[in-house]
Amino acid sequence: MTEQAQQFEAVALSYLNAAYNLARWLVRDEQVAQDMVQEAYLRALKYRESFRGGDMRPWLLGIVRNTCYTWLQQSKQREDQVEFDEERDSENCELIFGQTESNPETLAMRKQESLHLNQSINALPAVFREVLILRELEELSYDDIAVVAAIPVGTVMSRLSRARAMLRAALQRGEIV
Amino acid sequence: MMENREDSELAALIKHKADYFEAPQDLRGRVSRMLTPTPVVPERASRWLVWRQWWGVGAAFAMGVMLSVAVTSLRGLPASQDRLIEQVLDSHVRSLMVAHLSDIASSDQHTVKPWLSSHLDFSPPVADLASAGFPLLGGRMDYLEGRAVAALVYQRHLHTINVFVWPLRDKPSGAPVSATRRGFNLKSWDKNGMQFWAVSDIQSAELDKFETLLREQSGL
Repeated sequence: MTEQAQQFEAVALSYLNAAYNLARWLVRDEQVAQDMVQEAYLRALKYRESFRGGDMRPWLLGIVRNTCYTWLQQSKQREDQVEFDEERDSENCELIFGQTESNPETLAMRKQESLHLNQSINALPAVFREVLILRELEELSYDDIAVVAAIPVGTVMSRLSRARAMLRAALQRGEIV
Repeated sequence: MMENREDSELAALIKHKADYFEAPQDLRGRVSRMLTPTPVVPERASRWLVWRQWWGVGAAFAMGVMLSVAVTSLRGLPASQDRLIEQVLDSHVRSLMVAHLSDIASSDQHTVKPWLSSHLDFSPPVADLASAGFPLLGGRMDYLEGRAVAALVYQRHLHTINVFVWPLRDKPSGAPVSATRRGFNLKSWDKNGMQFWAVSDIQSAELDKFETLLREQSGL
């Protein structure tokens, strides 16, 4: 193996957690997510020539994303086609969290809160879910998210804004699931 | 886009409260083997070749693997020995890459040894070679040759040395190996029924010195 090949592989492997986290949030199943990541890495190897240098993360995550979307479409999970109601979902909602104190009594509540948060994110359509995950958990820049999702930066911003509004609304609606 | 206070609060909430799914170890292993094909790959490959559409890629891989087998075989080592070298090397590289050097991080041999003994079915010799310039960083469990092994982590200046140790049982280990692969030096030896494999990117002469020190001071 050439040194260049080794480097490609080392860098690709260093983004495995990011790849798996994105896949796991997109397909919402542990085993499928593993399959998706493995398949995506195979594709990455196959199309490594299309990587033009620079930061590999958005390029690699883009492949992971596309692999997941192919699976989502095949399994007829057309949830991302759900109509978005701007008026309904963008209401200026008060956050229901933020008042949590750091005393032991709130621990159980916090656990509940995490569960509820995860469920609320999972309930978002995939196109909104992915921008939230990429932005808040992977801390990607808008430019990088645009590369991953193959959309203009402006669309990244509007999707992110809608995703946040939808999540806030969901969190407020189901205070206790 | 301006992110207001509400957005920041929501961001913090997601960051701290939402799940972050780290890649499971077996996925890491599979992907790692896929990325750095070793002679082991053809057997393991059958598992992921269940995706039919990847037959073509699989064939290309097999070709690559066959080539690499052909190349490495030229060096005159038995195939089993050669495979072990690659496994040791992969484990070493992986330990550096995933920032998972130690399950037990301690420079105290009397902390590391009991920890390893309690997690393995043998008790590996652990020596602190700090006075000789090879401080002990810790230990962890690893997996080689189909069994759990002890990995001891030492440091030489800014370089990391992994020492894999496991009992020989009834299997002869073959002749001691001294090899250089992909810029890493490897050495193997037996002592008192244990097999040792040391791997690092330090120079071969340094690794020789390390081996001598470890053999002398490993308390056996």
